[in-house]
Amino acid sequence: MSKFRKKKSNELPPVSTASLPDIVFMLLFFFMVVTVLRDDNLLVQNKLPKADQVEKLKKDRSVYIYAGKPSARYQDKFGTEAKIQIGDKYTDITNIKFALTEMRQKLLPELQDKVMVALKVDEDTNTGMVTDIKQQLRELNMLKLIYITTPGNELNN
Amino acid sequence: MARRATPEVNAGSMADIAFLLLIFFLVTTTIEKDKGIARQLPPIEEIVDPPKIKEKNLFIVNVNRDDQLLVEEKLMELKDLRQAAITFLDNGGAPSGSPEYCNYCKGPRSPESSDNPEKAVISVQNDRLTSYKMYIAVQNELVAAYNFLRDRESERLYGWKFTEMTKELDEGKIKGEAAKEALQEKLETIQKLFPMKLSEAEPKKSGQ
Repeated sequence: MSKFRKKKSNELPPVSTASLPDIVFMLLFFFMVVTVLRDDNLLVQNKLPKADQVEKLKKDRSVYIYAGKPSARYQDKFGTEAKIQIGDKYTDITNIKFALTEMRQKLLPELQDKVMVALKVDEDTNTGMVTDIKQQLRELNMLKLIYITTPGNELNN
Repeated sequence: MARRATPEVNAGSMADIAFLLLIFFLVTTTIEKDKGIARQLPPIEEIVDPPKIKEKNLFIVNVNRDDQLLVEEKLMELKDLRQAAITFLDNGGAPSGSPEYCNYCKGPRSPESSDNPEKAVISVQNDRLTSYKMYIAVQNELVAAYNFLRDRESERLYGWKFTEMTKELDEGKIKGEAAKEALQEKLETIQKLFPMKLSEAEPKKSGQ
């Protein structure tokens, strides 16, 4: 025994790794909390209107449509007229049906019938554009929609 | 190879630091949840025989291109819209004894206004140039009017608020299938008392 002890005293003591699991768990938890599953890259201004009589959106069965003026950095190229964005690119009103059908196919098969369209429209947009979108949705028979809002109320802002 | 023995770093507090950071991030990070006003669009189909709606059962809200409200042909501020809609829905104008009589309505029972909540229809007419902000604000007020009345009825019948229970059901706070179904049934009863009949006319072109 004494032979071993003597040898050990000469060596560098190992760095304690007892806290390694803690660090790893901390990182793991941090990323679990912060990570949001890939959201669309916004190409339009998106200041949502306020409302307080709201329902929750079921994310697994929804497709998003964004609309509004192009963001500041795209205005040189696309002007300031309000545009529609589906997925990662601008979509023309005539092209909405195709783009939405494509988006719907990405959902789980059993949820495709229950699809809900989430409209994220900038508050300065004209209602006419929203009406056009709604007309397209009716033609596509995707009748459930939800106007995404921020908490608050127009009356006391 | 004789090295000087370096003292071991005390790692006892490492876990504390890690937890502190973890808790800090847990508290500061918020996960964004989208909320909004849900709607069901009418399907496209040829309406063969459009139901006739008496004028007194129709509550017309008109929003023009300058975001001004015209309610029943009178100019109105947004803040008064909710109360006006509640008064209209809750009117119960059908005379007592008739099959359309509304026994839970607490409104003024004016024969000039809606017969009962079942028949009352709110029609919103927008201009194409109405701002989306105003559009949502109007929708919000009208939904609020329905929610107010539904809350009142559910409190009278069951002792809880309609909106609160709907929320709890959505968030999965109600445990057990039987309890869920019982609640769902009660919610539907309330919905039948004040069915949401919001109609949206095709918007007019600006200036017409």
